[in-house]
Amino acid sequence: MYYSIVEKTETAPNTSLIKVEAPAVANKAQPGQFIVVMVDERSERIPYTLSDWSIEDGTITFVVNEVGRSTGKLVSREEGDSLYSVVGPLGIPPKIDKVGTVVCAGGCFGIAAILPLARAFKKAGNRVISIIEARACYLLYLERELRKASDELVIATGDGSRGMRGFAPDVIKMLIERGERLDQVIALGCTFMLKLVCDATRAAGIKTLVDLCPIIVDATGMCGCCRVEVGGETKFACVDGPFFDGHKVDWDVLGFRKAAYVRQETDSVQFSKVGVKR
Amino acid sequence: MSDVIPTPPKPVYKRVQIPEQLPEVRIHNFNEVSLGYSQEQAVREARRCLQCKKATCVSGCPVGIDIPGFVGAIADGNLRRAITIVKRNNLLPAICGRVCPQSRQCQAQCVLGGKGAPVGIGNLEHFIADWERIEGGIKLPAIAPATGKKVAVVGSGPGGLTVAADCAQLGHRVTVFEALHKLGGVLVYGIPEFRLPKAVLDAEVDVLASMGVEFRTDALIGAILSVKELQEQYDAVYLGLGAGLPYFLGIPGENLAGVYSANEYLTRSNLMKAYLFPEYDTPIRRGTNVAVVGGGNVAMDSARIAVRLGAEHVFLIYRRSREEMPARREEIEHAIQEGVDCQLLRNPTRIIGDGHGNVAALSIVKMELGEPDASGRRKPIPIEGSEYQIEVDVVVPAIGNGANPLLTKSTPGLELNKWGYIVADPNTGATSMKGVFAGGDIVRGAATVILAMGDGRVASRAIHEYLGSR
Repeated sequence: MYYSIVEKTETAPNTSLIKVEAPAVANKAQPGQFIVVMVDERSERIPYTLSDWSIEDGTITFVVNEVGRSTGKLVSREEGDSLYSVVGPLGIPPKIDKVGTVVCAGGCFGIAAILPLARAFKKAGNRVISIIEARACYLLYLERELRKASDELVIATGDGSRGMRGFAPDVIKMLIERGERLDQVIALGCTFMLKLVCDATRAAGIKTLVDLCPIIVDATGMCGCCRVEVGGETKFACVDGPFFDGHKVDWDVLGFRKAAYVRQETDSVQFSKVGVKR
Repeated sequence: MSDVIPTPPKPVYKRVQIPEQLPEVRIHNFNEVSLGYSQEQAVREARRCLQCKKATCVSGCPVGIDIPGFVGAIADGNLRRAITIVKRNNLLPAICGRVCPQSRQCQAQCVLGGKGAPVGIGNLEHFIADWERIEGGIKLPAIAPATGKKVAVVGSGPGGLTVAADCAQLGHRVTVFEALHKLGGVLVYGIPEFRLPKAVLDAEVDVLASMGVEFRTDALIGAILSVKELQEQYDAVYLGLGAGLPYFLGIPGENLAGVYSANEYLTRSNLMKAYLFPEYDTPIRRGTNVAVVGGGNVAMDSARIAVRLGAEHVFLIYRRSREEMPARREEIEHAIQEGVDCQLLRNPTRIIGDGHGNVAALSIVKMELGEPDASGRRKPIPIEGSEYQIEVDVVVPAIGNGANPLLTKSTPGLELNKWGYIVADPNTGATSMKGVFAGGDIVRGAATVILAMGDGRVASRAIHEYLGSR
């Protein structure tokens, strides 16, 4: 198998958009699904949400935030290089029904990941409001594509350097105050953002789907690493999710399970940079 | 060869012990524990065989190997003949010799078992397969002329490999689809290097590749192709999906960081090589005090991995007594030699966190055995008021797994039982879908490597018949 990188663009600092040849995945991909990538034989198996794909070209596209060893390895690869393993498309795609007004909220890698969802919800006849958030304007990307895919795009930055000052939950509050009737919210981004979005929609009773992105290993329903607690029950994100009702998620469990290897991550980065083992 | 060693007087030498790495050495490495018989040792062991006319051992073998035949050939020093006999029924002998539960199968039926020790059939199979690979040179089996029929095999575990081998030998064109990045299924993610070196597995897979079997890794059926599409593109399909979602204990605290299903613990260590972290990128928590829960082979493997990862104390918590443990005798003995602390007649009741989401302790209740239950084993009953706590930082429930939902959920028309396992005819492996066969864990629930191979053998015959009738 050759999963060669046909395009790599640094869309924002530490954020790369990567397009890879993977025709079998492209053939079956649906909005909201993810893939698992290994850069080389020694890599971890890391999940990335698809942001685009083309059946004609046999390619898939996803965005990588460089945060640690595995993501660092991936963005160090150049166009023409091959990846060791790409599996997918994985996860149950969220239902794309005509419900009225749908908010697609994205932060970090989620900015790219909401693009196919916004397109699909719009195609299904919904009014789509997309929200993208970042700490500052220089971390934003895919603005033009999202504007085209949505009826309205609202930008929020923590420092107010572009769009509204604040983050996605503030935008949702603003939309509610403005009198928008929001029928569904779907959010992708870091755990903290997801939680705050759910806090913002809970009082208004707006159905909110979140992509939980826990740590996974096999991603095919065998190992149980990706378990999350939703509505008091243990669920396996790789086969039951990754999208769940955000108002039922136990955020503490998700938080500490995602942080389970923080120390090892530091050791791994240190080892790869200077060859020192703890 | 046969003129070198004179015909022995009968009967019966003392059983030839298989050389092994010493426990104090092997707990610091992941190399194979068994060092294997030398030829001289193997011949000596093989000569203990009484060559019974009515060989009961064969009836204990799920794939019906002519055991007296191959053991006799080793005794005569005719090693090529021995391996040829084995391979008539089993194309993966280096694996079976190492991982079959011989003490409950062929060796349990050996007449010498009543008079001390049965013939070490498993060790001899291990020997003869290694002899062929290392010294004799692997001979490809004769392959029937091409039939022009195409067979899709889903899953490259022991069952899938057996079907691939058998169907390829019968002249069919076989493609194996494997969801992971490495071939072997449970043989690569589940069974540790120290029991089954991956080089041994790779060599057996290479044989299949040289027989013309096409392997596709990263190929998750249900994601890239549906079973229906396979049905359209191939003349027959075999589903050997293997294990599904792991069972947990159903006690509080199981989602704390530091609680691993055995599947995850083994996958991280074996498939992802977390024991070589940070040279390999996948981490694993190297616990100081590790509790493994269960009494099967998977529990033994997990406990012995914990030892090798440097744990100071490894508890093996099992709710019945040692007699009821389903693991291979040899693995239990190895685990104890390596310092695993078997806490028998004990059951966990609660996992206690450290306040930051990590495992800190395990609460355990003592058990006693009551009347036999449905499995025929005496039912463990908790003793009231006997609860106590041990300090642990890693907990590994190794208590089995359910059905894998990924493919079956996306396959309308495939009949499942109430537990989600595929319903298959035990005599043919046929499912409710035309031309689709199944076997192994996805039909039986958690079973063994050799039972999966047995299912593969049965299904191959049925597939061959089915293809001939079309």
